[in-house]
Amino acid sequence: MSRRLAVENLQRAFGGVQAVRGVSFALDAGEVLALIGPNGAGKTTCFNLLNGQLRPDAGTVRLDGVDIVGLPPRRIWRMGVGRTFQITATFASMTVRENVQMVLLSVHKRLFGLWTPAAAGFRDEAMALLERVGMGAQAERPCGVLAYGDLKRVELAMALAGAPKLLLMDEPTAGMAPGERQELMALTSSLVRERGLAILFTEHDMDVVFGHATRIIVLDRGQLIAEGTPDAVRADPRVQAVYLGGAA
Amino acid sequence: MSFYLVQFLSGLATAATLFLVSSGLTIVFGVTRIVNFAHGSFYMLGAYLGWSLVERWGSTPLGFWGAVAVAALAVGLLGALMEVGLLRRLYRSPELFQLLATFGVVLVVQDAASWIWGSEDLLGRRAPGLRGSVDILDQPFPLYDLVLIGLGPLVLGLLWLLFNRTRWGTLVRAATQDRDMASALGVDPARLFTGVLFLGSALAGLGGALQVPREAVNLHMDMAIVVEAFVVVVVGGMGSLTGAFVASLLIGQLQAFGILVFPQITLVLVFLFMAVVLVIRPYGLLGRAEDAPPTAASPGPPLIAAAGAVRWAPALLLALLAAVPLVAGDYALIVLTEVVILALLAASLHLLIGLGGLVSFGHAAYFGLGAYGAALLVKHLAAPMPLALAAAPLVAGLGALAAGWFCVRRSGLYFAMLTLAFAQIVWSVTFQWYGFTGGDNGILGVWPADWAAGKAAYFWLTLALAGGALLLLRRAAFAPFGYTLRAGRDSALRAESVGIDVRRHQWLSFALAGSAAGLAGGLYAFSKGSVFPTLMAVPVSVDALVMVLMGGIQTLSGPVVGAALFHLLETEAMSRTDWWRLVLGTIILVLVLAFPKGVAGFVRDLWTRGRDA
Repeated sequence: MSRRLAVENLQRAFGGVQAVRGVSFALDAGEVLALIGPNGAGKTTCFNLLNGQLRPDAGTVRLDGVDIVGLPPRRIWRMGVGRTFQITATFASMTVRENVQMVLLSVHKRLFGLWTPAAAGFRDEAMALLERVGMGAQAERPCGVLAYGDLKRVELAMALAGAPKLLLMDEPTAGMAPGERQELMALTSSLVRERGLAILFTEHDMDVVFGHATRIIVLDRGQLIAEGTPDAVRADPRVQAVYLGGAA
Repeated sequence: MSFYLVQFLSGLATAATLFLVSSGLTIVFGVTRIVNFAHGSFYMLGAYLGWSLVERWGSTPLGFWGAVAVAALAVGLLGALMEVGLLRRLYRSPELFQLLATFGVVLVVQDAASWIWGSEDLLGRRAPGLRGSVDILDQPFPLYDLVLIGLGPLVLGLLWLLFNRTRWGTLVRAATQDRDMASALGVDPARLFTGVLFLGSALAGLGGALQVPREAVNLHMDMAIVVEAFVVVVVGGMGSLTGAFVASLLIGQLQAFGILVFPQITLVLVFLFMAVVLVIRPYGLLGRAEDAPPTAASPGPPLIAAAGAVRWAPALLLALLAAVPLVAGDYALIVLTEVVILALLAASLHLLIGLGGLVSFGHAAYFGLGAYGAALLVKHLAAPMPLALAAAPLVAGLGALAAGWFCVRRSGLYFAMLTLAFAQIVWSVTFQWYGFTGGDNGILGVWPADWAAGKAAYFWLTLALAGGALLLLRRAAFAPFGYTLRAGRDSALRAESVGIDVRRHQWLSFALAGSAAGLAGGLYAFSKGSVFPTLMAVPVSVDALVMVLMGGIQTLSGPVVGAALFHLLETEAMSRTDWWRLVLGTIILVLVLAFPKGVAGFVRDLWTRGRDA
């Protein structure tokens, strides 16, 4: 059986800088894989290569065995890859509920309707998703005025609305209070169990990483330097070198 | 051979003037991000002031050049005055409001110039000492133009020194790159902006004053030059002085030789050139992506569907309007018919600006295509009115589909300039294709069918068709179609990553907006009984823009309110005074300063505040 996500020999350069070089890894349903590494290691570039925002110079990305390299983000999303961004991106002129409804309208290919009000479409479904991420009470607020941590939750609800098979989360808890972080990651872990999701996330908070990842891969200067269970990665001397300095 | 050389040289002389004006525009835009329509007015003022001073002092070389310099400085002061008195109060308003304000200045300057200098063309005296011509390979070439040719690079050099060798210039460059960072470094942005407006306007004034010996000074100089200067700035790359210089040279030559090679399409050549450059090099010849202006319209508050009694306001308004013919006379009905038509035009433009964040400078093209589509069917095929009216949105929609395909590939001001380019192309084809469109004689005899010939009957017809289209646009705004368009504007990144094809959606919206404008154009053609190329010229596009901005882009009722306000004010002012531009311009300035969110936005704020209190 093919893996949920299989990445092989991924390469990408910006000018003379080799941002991602020869990265390979795989991910199955039910896994929560953390991608960690110091600033500038190439984590966000990796994400952009996976969801089609950037095109790799070389390498393959397979989703359930299907090569998705070269497809635009919207096609990759339709194949079941959801994403939350490092810097939240929501529709600021819409309410929280409308943001989720917008995604649901896209899922059901109802983007071209000229007559029936959008606010009537998939209302209950949107509310259920917002309740699930703890944003039900704020459903009618404009997205433009939300606190950052709440925006992250809205993004999660929007990603879930696409019923993804694989969820890419770029620093899902950045800007949140410590208690909030654990709460959000606990929620994410339970979603993985409920829905048989696979999750790939980046994170700087090591408590979050070691507390919630089932497996960890470590990126440094564009290359994978370690891979394994949290305990194995914690004990890896190369990882310690990268994180504790003196990485020569 | 020598003929071509002289042609080449006169192209260079044209380029020098173009560069002076567009360098000022690009500096002002780079720092303030204001699309300054009044820049052309400053050019025109420079020419008028230059003319007066040269008449007085211009008998000696010193007097002549002194007159030119004083004219430029005086215009620079006016520019600084505009910044202090007007623009400074609007930096926190939506960017488009500053554009509206500068358009108010255009109107005021138009009438002020006409009041001071009259509407006759003024021929200036020639520059003393430079009256003659030199023979270049046996062809005479004006000496004065040779001086102009040298002046272009000289000014470029001086500006380069100013921006690279002085502290002030460095600050200006810093502010161009990053406004917030510049003010974090302790630069007082207000003073910097005043200085930049002074410099930019003085360059426009200099360009104008230098034209005095070359061409007659008249009241049409402002719009012609500002459109050309924008083309130069966009082709060269926003904010790039060298780019503006190169683009001026290219466009100067294009004009000099274009008239020899393609006399049929001289008017469009420049715009075709710009369209081609933008398709190949998205940020202009020497522009960089980082200098590109952000998309103009920023997301507003959520669009709230009217609730309760207000929900019935549009229906009530329609019912009230339908009853008007029972009490009003023919004149009122004619004006009201126009208001309804213009409301549809403004609402169709609002679909692009208010929901899509796509500011079109060329929406008149589709209004005109609709009008001509209907009129041509009547003229050439003797089509009955209903058929011609049905064709109007179709023709305009197809035109918008073709133009939109190119335009939506760019955003922000580049999108705006591409729409302008297409509008100018359509306009000049109409203007120059005498055999088919009648050229500037227009098409006469486009009268409604007998059953709709009465003023009341035609008003009802307009109300039914335009009112219906307005309601459809309103439904579309609240339907998934409008939401998807807003999603692409709010965050293209997020929209693309949830399966939305932003570009395709913008394209379809462009076509929808175009066909709605086309229906308005068709209705307009039959209400006037004739069509002329002016229907699709720049002023109509600007009028539509002003209507949308006046009403406020954050509400759906805005464009309707704006169209009514603008047209009634214009009609009223025109019927009472010859100085209607002055009146209208002043009203726009007062409105902009008093209601920075637009009239409809102001009323809505009052309403919500009243309800919440």
